[in-house]
Amino acid sequence: MPISPVKHPSKRLARKLLLAGTAATALGLAGSAWAAEPIKIGVIGEESSVAGASLTKAAQMAADEINAHGGVDGRKIEIITYDDHSSAADAVRAFQRAVNQDKVSAVLATYISEVALAIEPWSARLHMPLITAGAASTDIPKHVHEDYAHYKYTFMGWLNSAFIAQSICDAEHDLLVGPYHMKSTVVMSEDAAWTTPLDDQFLKCLPEAGLKVLDHIRFNPDTTDFTPIFNKIEGEHPDVITTGISHVGVQPTVQWHDQQVPIAMAGQSSQATTSTFWKDTNGAAEGVITASAAAPGVATTPKTNPFTEAYMKRFGDTPAYDGYTAYDMIYVLAEAIKHAGSTDPDKMVDALEKTDYVGTIGRIKFYGKNEQYTHGLEYGKGLVTGIDIQWQSGKQVAVWPANVAQAKLVFPSFVHLPKEAANK
Amino acid sequence: MVALQILIDGFAISSLYGLGAVGFTLMFGVSGVLNLSHGGIMVVAAVCGWLAAGDLGLGVYGGTLVGVIAGMACAYATYFVVVRPIQRSRAIPQEETEIFLLTGTLLWGIMIQEAVAYLFTDNPVTTRPLISGVTSIAGVRTPQNEIMIAALCWLAIGLLWLLVNRTRAGKALLAASMNPRGLTLLGFELSNMYLLVWTIYGVLAGIAGVLLASFLGVSSANAGQLTASAFSIVVLGGLGSVSGSLVAAYLVGYLETVTAYLIAPTLRPIPALLLLVLVVYLRPQGLLGRR
Repeated sequence: MPISPVKHPSKRLARKLLLAGTAATALGLAGSAWAAEPIKIGVIGEESSVAGASLTKAAQMAADEINAHGGVDGRKIEIITYDDHSSAADAVRAFQRAVNQDKVSAVLATYISEVALAIEPWSARLHMPLITAGAASTDIPKHVHEDYAHYKYTFMGWLNSAFIAQSICDAEHDLLVGPYHMKSTVVMSEDAAWTTPLDDQFLKCLPEAGLKVLDHIRFNPDTTDFTPIFNKIEGEHPDVITTGISHVGVQPTVQWHDQQVPIAMAGQSSQATTSTFWKDTNGAAEGVITASAAAPGVATTPKTNPFTEAYMKRFGDTPAYDGYTAYDMIYVLAEAIKHAGSTDPDKMVDALEKTDYVGTIGRIKFYGKNEQYTHGLEYGKGLVTGIDIQWQSGKQVAVWPANVAQAKLVFPSFVHLPKEAANK
Repeated sequence: MVALQILIDGFAISSLYGLGAVGFTLMFGVSGVLNLSHGGIMVVAAVCGWLAAGDLGLGVYGGTLVGVIAGMACAYATYFVVVRPIQRSRAIPQEETEIFLLTGTLLWGIMIQEAVAYLFTDNPVTTRPLISGVTSIAGVRTPQNEIMIAALCWLAIGLLWLLVNRTRAGKALLAASMNPRGLTLLGFELSNMYLLVWTIYGVLAGIAGVLLASFLGVSSANAGQLTASAFSIVVLGGLGSVSGSLVAAYLVGYLETVTAYLIAPTLRPIPALLLLVLVVYLRPQGLLGRR
C-alpha cells in the first residue's frame, strides 16, 4: 500500500510550528546582536594554490574573531570569497561582481602582482578600497603615486619587491658575508612582474652587502628542468645563489638537492614559506633560506604566535606568508571603517592612510601621498622588516633578524662553504 | 664536459618521454584512440604515489606501486567512463567517433586536472628518489636516481617488447594494430584486446608519472603540457609506430636538452616544435609511420 502523503497531519503541523518558532527565535537573536547591516568584504584568491587558500582562510578567521568581539560598531563583518584561479581576467570579473552585485565595502585580493595590476584600475574606476595581500610589484604604488586622485583606493598589504630585496641583502650580509665570509653570488629569478624591481634592487644592494654578483639569470616560470641552470651557475663558482622565485619553488629545490648542487640557496622562495613545502619536496628543502612575513613560533609581535596557533588548530596547517598579511589587513580594514564612521570609500581611504596598527607581521603603516611608494606598506626597523627562515629538519626556523632568531644556519653536507668558515 | 653533461641529462629525460609515448602510440595503433587525458593520468599516478609514500607511510617502493596502480585505475576509468560509451554509442555517427573521442578525452583530462588541483592544490609534488645520492660519470655529477630512471624505463619498454612479440595475447595485440577486422574473423574478441591495451597503457603511464615525480616533480598544472609532449612525440615518430615513438622521444629529449644548455633554458621546447612543424609539412606520416 502506498504511503499517504498526509498520514500524520498533526505531526507535520507540529514540526512546521517548531521550525517556524526556531526560525523566529534565530531571527530575533540575530536581530538583537546584529541590528545593522553587515559590512561585506570581498576576498579574492586562488583556492587550489597553497598561498591562495591561506589568504581566504586567514581573512575569514580575522572576520570571525572581530564578529565574536561585537563586530565593527555592532555591525558584523561578512567575508565573501571569490576564486580567481590566479588569472587576471577571472580576478577582474570577481572584482566587478563583488562591487556591483554583492555590494562589498572593500576588497582584499591576491598575492600575484600580475593579478593585482589588473584589478588596480578597477579599484580606481569603481572607487573601491582594495588591499593586496601579497603582490610585490613596485608598479602598484607607482600608479597610486602618479595619479593619486584616481588610484588612491589601492593599498599594499605586503612589502614591495624593492624592500623585499633590501631585506634579503641585509639578511645575507648579516648571515652569510659576516659569519661565513661569502663574497659572491648569482641572482636566479623567475621572469615575472614582481621580480623586475626585485632584481634591480638585488643588483644594487647585494654588492653593498659584500656579495659580488657574478651573473644574473632570469628564467621562464614554466621551466621544469633546472639542471642546465644549476650547471651554468656552478661553473661560475658563486658562494651563494640568491633566488627570486614564487611561481616555482618545489622543482628547483628538489633538483638542487637531488643533484647535490654544492652552493647554498638563499633569497626569496615564496613556496618555501608554506608549511607544506617540506612534504612537497620530501625534505629536499633542508637548508633552504627564504625571506617571509612571519613564521610559526616566532614572536615578531605579541599577536603572531596566538594567530599561528589558532590557525593551525582550525585548519591543521600553518599559514603561508599572505595568510599573516590577510589576517592583519582584515583588522586594518575593520579599524579604518570604525575610524571613518562609515563605509564611504573616500572616508575609508583617509582612515586607511592614518593606519597605525600592530599586527602579526609588525607595525603596519602605509606610505603617504608624497612618498615614493604611496600606499605601500612601510618598511623599516620597528615597522615591518620581514624575517628570514631556514628549513631545518622539517621545521621553519627563524634565522634573521637577530632579535627573533631561533637558531644558527645549518647547511646540508653537499653544500660547499668558503674555506675560512670551514677552518673555524 | 658540457657535451657529456648533455648526453647524460638528455638520456634520462628522453627515456621518460619514450616510456610516456610508447603506451600512447600503442593504444592509437590498436584501438584508434588518441587519449588526450594522457597528462592527467600521469598526474594522478604521481600524486597518488606521493600521497601513499608520504601520508600513508608506505615508503618509496610502496608509493611507486600505489602510483602505478592508480595510473592503471585511472586508465580503466577513462576507458569505461569516456571511451567505451563513445565507441558504442549509436547516436554518434561512425565517421565522427574519432572527433568525439578526442573531445571526450580532452574534457576528461581537464576534469582530472581540476579535480587534482581542487583536492591536492596545484603545487608540484615530488616523490623521494628510488635511490638517492650522486655518482660521478667521467667528472659529471649525476644523481643515481637519473640512472635508475633510465634503467627502469628501458626495463619497462623491454618487457613490453617481450609481451608483444613473445606471448599469444601480445601477438594478437600486434595483429589488432595491423588489421582489427582480420583478428575478429580469427575469433578474437576485440573488446578483450582493447582492455589489454588499456591495461598496458595505464601501467606505462603510471610508471612514467611516478618516475617523473621523482625526477623533475609533477603538478596538476603540467597535465596539458605532458599530453602535448606525448602527442608531439607520437606524431613526430609516426602515429601507431612504437619504434618511431622511441626514436622521436630521443630526438625531442636531446633537442630540448641541447637547447637548454647551449642556447637558453627558456627556449627549451621551441626547436622540437619547429621540427614537428617541418615533419608535418614534409613527411606527414611521421618518421617511421606507416599510415
